[in-house]
Amino acid sequence: MISINQLKELSTQVRRDIVRMVFNCQSGHPGGSLGCVEFFVALYAHVLKHNAEKFDMEGKGQDLFFLSNGHISPVWYATLARTGYFDVQELNTFRKLNTRLQGHPATHEGLPGIRIASGSLGQGMSAAIGAALAKRLDGDDRWVFCLTGDGELEEGQCWEAMMFAAHHKVDNLIVAVDWNGQQIDGPIDEVMSLGNLQAKWEAFGWDVLVLNNGNDMESMINMLNNAKEHSKQGKPVVILMKTVMGYGVDFMAGTHKWHGKAPNQEQVDLALAQLHTETLQDF
Amino acid sequence: MNINDIIATGTKATRDGFGQGLLELGRQNPNVVGLTADLMESLQMQHFQKEFPERFFQVGIAEANMIGIAAGLATGGKIPFTGTFANFSTGRVYDQIRQSIAYSHKNVKICASHAGLSLGEDGATHQILEDLGMMRMLPGMVVINPCDYSQTKAATIAIAEYNGPVYLRFGRPAWPMFTLENQKFEIGKALHLASGTDVTIFATGHLVWSAIEAAKELQTQGISCELINIHTIKPLDEAAILDSVSKTRAVVVAEEHQRNGGLGDAIANLLVQRLPVPMEYVGVKDTFGESGKPAELLDKYGLSKKDVVWAVKDVLDRKTGSM
Repeated sequence: MISINQLKELSTQVRRDIVRMVFNCQSGHPGGSLGCVEFFVALYAHVLKHNAEKFDMEGKGQDLFFLSNGHISPVWYATLARTGYFDVQELNTFRKLNTRLQGHPATHEGLPGIRIASGSLGQGMSAAIGAALAKRLDGDDRWVFCLTGDGELEEGQCWEAMMFAAHHKVDNLIVAVDWNGQQIDGPIDEVMSLGNLQAKWEAFGWDVLVLNNGNDMESMINMLNNAKEHSKQGKPVVILMKTVMGYGVDFMAGTHKWHGKAPNQEQVDLALAQLHTETLQDF
Repeated sequence: MNINDIIATGTKATRDGFGQGLLELGRQNPNVVGLTADLMESLQMQHFQKEFPERFFQVGIAEANMIGIAAGLATGGKIPFTGTFANFSTGRVYDQIRQSIAYSHKNVKICASHAGLSLGEDGATHQILEDLGMMRMLPGMVVINPCDYSQTKAATIAIAEYNGPVYLRFGRPAWPMFTLENQKFEIGKALHLASGTDVTIFATGHLVWSAIEAAKELQTQGISCELINIHTIKPLDEAAILDSVSKTRAVVVAEEHQRNGGLGDAIANLLVQRLPVPMEYVGVKDTFGESGKPAELLDKYGLSKKDVVWAVKDVLDRKTGSM
């Protein structure tokens, strides 16, 4: 069993990977990626039952993960590489011509670990529900996880999916919301307020869990285990996960300004200096 | 075959062919699942739902979510058939189809009823005439528009054997039945209905019957029409088209769709590169439809037997003129 310290070291390395990937191609989304590192590392290195070496699309007998807010592909790619889905050197190719690491996640180039394209927002939860229904039909008792952004919830399809999952009692599904309060054009409360998000999910018939520090590894592990315990009781489960966009790099943290912007040489040096030393060797 | 040998054995809606096909498919293949967005009986999916309730999902009036759930079910190894009107199966959910199904190459069958003007009284909001174009533009999408009950039933069964996204288009009204009851449907293989020498008529969907009636009338006037049913608009049976056109050297295309983007444009695209010949379209001329009876609408918007007859005469004038 991997220790909390090892998970934290892995998180630091994934953060270094994110910053360097985005710097390398001078393109991509570092803010949301940095904020979701603890979620991805906890999920892939500790919670999921999965087979990184022998990825197969259907994933029968395994836990599945769907990323709805596809623009945070850097954190997903770095986590997949660091947990054995493909060689970490491939992170060098992010967003470059002929890469399997497309700007937004895709199945088209055959990258192991990806089960559906995402990037056009609001679609991932529906796909995760479908995969959860397939597991139910097959008598497969594993879970389906899905991450969605909070700004993304402005898309109407999300609410269609929420209604469906409750109505059809899709209780092998655990959705996490990256509740960082930011979107491209500014704070969510200024762009398009979500109101009382917790009350809305509850009103839609979900079992709602709130994680106040989504950037603390112990809390994240406990919450994901807690969510599994809440599942399979007739209701879909959602974790409203407070995170800090840009977490780990002080000048990127807590602002929408690094949502989709690459650092320059000076900034990347500064960021990497804050992320201590490489823990697992940089790609 | 001579055109006069093609006779209608009765009438039934193509959507009924879909409903029966889906039921038979459900019995043959346990991986087939159905979804609808509050239009189960309009799509005749109740037969499948009654026999396989656990494999049928009512999504409510939420087409975008239905497309996404279908993509997820396909990821898990199921073969989902989504059912709603053609309008809500395409334009309303184009981005969901594009990203979650086409780009992700999911084995989802998008089944679309009430296509075209023949939907009738509901009017232009529901009479989609652009769906073939939209679906044809998507890389990797198979696009099928069967012509009668039996062909729709056979197509429904056949597409489950193909691994990839398919758009299957059919319609609401009772329509003449003239293809074989237990035919084998081959995706991408044009169906040769009648041999002729003066002109080739390529027709798809409901308009195949209009083309048959037109060809019969033209034969009495001494004009010999080759008639080919293009049920699969993508991938197009290029060999069959070129083979026929190299003989007749004049083309009419008939479809219940805008002239822009449909079967006519698909064939024109092929012929302009490989075998340019005089060609006429029978299709809607860049306008929306309206309420009315199916036959009245097809007549008003230029999709009836007489329009096919005129198109053939026009194209033959140009063919003679170019000689």
